[in-house]
Amino acid sequence: MAKLLEVQDLRTQFHTPSGTVHAVDGMSYDVEKGETVAIVGESGCGKSVSALSILRLLPVPSGRIVSGAIRFLGQDLLALGNEDMRAVRGRQIAMVFQEPMTSLNPVLTIGLQLTETMVQHLAISRAESAKRAVAYLQMVGIPEPEQRLKQYPHHLSGGMRQRVMIAMALCCEPTLIIADEPTTALDVTIQAQILELMKGLSQRLGVALILITHNLGVVARYADRVNVMYAGKIIEQGKARDVYRHPRHPYTLGLLRSVPRLDQPRRRQLESIPGQPPDLTRLPNGCAFVPRCGFKVERCALEVPDLVHAANGHGSACWEQERLDKPRGTG
Amino acid sequence: MTRYIGKRLLLMIPTLLGAAVFVFLLMRLIPGDVCELRLAGEGAYADEKAIQLCREQAGLTKSLPRQFLDWIWGMVRGDFGVSMWTGRPIIYEIGLRFQLSLQVAIMATMTAILLAIPLGTLSAINQDTWIDYGVRAFSIAGLAMPSFWLGILIILALLIGTQALWGTPWMPPIQYTPIWEDPVANLSQLVWPALATGYRYSAVAARMTRSALLEVLQEDYIRTARAKGLVEHLIINRHALKNALLPVVTVIGIEFAFLIGGLVVTEQVFNLNGLGKLFVESVGNHDYTLTQSLVMLVALVFIMTNFIIDLIYAWIDPRIRYR
Ligand SMILES: Nc1ncnc2c1ncn2[C@@H]1O[C@H](COP(=O)(O)OP(=O)(O)OP(=O)(O)O)[C@@H](O)[C@H]1O
Ligand SMILES: [Mg+2]
Repeated sequence: MAKLLEVQDLRTQFHTPSGTVHAVDGMSYDVEKGETVAIVGESGCGKSVSALSILRLLPVPSGRIVSGAIRFLGQDLLALGNEDMRAVRGRQIAMVFQEPMTSLNPVLTIGLQLTETMVQHLAISRAESAKRAVAYLQMVGIPEPEQRLKQYPHHLSGGMRQRVMIAMALCCEPTLIIADEPTTALDVTIQAQILELMKGLSQRLGVALILITHNLGVVARYADRVNVMYAGKIIEQGKARDVYRHPRHPYTLGLLRSVPRLDQPRRRQLESIPGQPPDLTRLPNGCAFVPRCGFKVERCALEVPDLVHAANGHGSACWEQERLDKPRGTG
Repeated sequence: MTRYIGKRLLLMIPTLLGAAVFVFLLMRLIPGDVCELRLAGEGAYADEKAIQLCREQAGLTKSLPRQFLDWIWGMVRGDFGVSMWTGRPIIYEIGLRFQLSLQVAIMATMTAILLAIPLGTLSAINQDTWIDYGVRAFSIAGLAMPSFWLGILIILALLIGTQALWGTPWMPPIQYTPIWEDPVANLSQLVWPALATGYRYSAVAARMTRSALLEVLQEDYIRTARAKGLVEHLIINRHALKNALLPVVTVIGIEFAFLIGGLVVTEQVFNLNGLGKLFVESVGNHDYTLTQSLVMLVALVFIMTNFIIDLIYAWIDPRIRYR
């Protein structure tokens, strides 16, 4: 049976006056039906661009997918005509964006913005779609949903707007939702609520979730599998608990050490990864992490390591991964 | 909302009063007056006594504050007085001309809106294609070409065209007929100046529409609309245009107010008896009362237009709430 989503060797570039930005540089991963897959990485490593590439929503004309394949239920989305692609968006793959404050149209009512998606895709009447809109607003925990339909985005708080965005993503019953840092712009307490809500609903409705985040703590809690991104590439992937317990890439290790953990002594100092991510217009010949890596050997600066998978599907793109692969929490 | 409207209407009073003081003093700073001009203009023998008598009749011998208060009090009672030059009531002098100017302004505005919004939109959604270049060339031409010159071209084209078609040249009528008396005669006279001014006006508005739309199309909520799989015409017409129209409304409103009193040369070309021409004549004649009333009228039009723009703003953008 075909995977729900298969991304194969995706390369996305931006042509800018200062050169070609290799925002996504050979990325492969897949998503099974109903599971939650995380994409983690520092700011600017290409997470959003990879997500926008799937829906073909890159800014024109600067952004271009130069090679690769994106198969959704076996069908290559990159080969679809514009009209067929439009029918996939919102209907089969929906997206929740990072910025709830600006992602809703300020001059249109919540009701219109919710119902128009259903009217577009489901061939149902306005009245019917309004009923469904109320049901979905209820489902995402918005009080007094009937009144909300007549309100405008500025009447709602950031957390409430993100709930509206989630209702909007769910309302056509898609099989995949891409959530691009859905909680980064929100208060910490609201963050947990929204993530719980998304996780709960995706399980209940059997929707697969691509959860983009830069927080490994979120991954451990909500994701089945995880892809760690660095400079446009996936440098480690596997089951969330494997990656969390036995990281096989120095970058992942660094990320883990910068997250507070309950199973570590309180007095342990949080570390941050020294240095800056590389300039995506001038990628080095070898591994892009070399300048910041504590495990580097001579070979690292000369050859790019491929993602090598172990039997359990845990993969790492590091020449020295064997040295890292020891249980954590003992050192 | 009614409270807001009431407040806005009350606030008009000081603005209008300021305009009144300003034009009253300014007119009297110009050397000479209407009596000198009428009796001793063009080097005729000036009988001092006759001039004095004329001044007394026109009320020019009273003190300035007295003249001012008389004028204001008259307006408050709805009596605008008589023209110092023709002696006819000001209401009569302005009435038909205001009708004509208002109609030309409305028709020019409609032309501008009907041209500018579709063209600006086409231009923005086809940015950097030949459609965009075509529209931009069309608007640059509109900006570069004075309306009166386009007016002359239109008249010539009408003459030559009808001559070629029917054998006899046809010219738009010169006599103004109100639209409810004879719409055909009325429109066949006023459509041409409306087109001539509307074109230039649409050029400004189309450029505004284009740039506002290009900016709005970069917004996050447009990306959301795309991600929802909406068809393109809904994304443009429903999601983008409504947001892009705010600055366009301002440009259109200001231009409209300007057209009411500012179409001097175009009126000349089309032989129209509009407010612009009346304005120039009344200043030239030192016709204090008429000029003052005209300034008040134009000020009122500007204030009302601004007020309506604000109401349209609130209607388009629900975040704007007036109290
Ligand atoms: N429109 C664009 N033009 C040029 N470069 C772009 C554009 N959009 C993104 N990039 C570049 O692509 C790279 C990846 O950006 P992306 O937005 O995917 O990062 P991200 O991982 O989502 O970061 P964040 O956590 O901050 O959201 C960045 O280096 C960015 O500068
Ligand atoms: Mg991002």
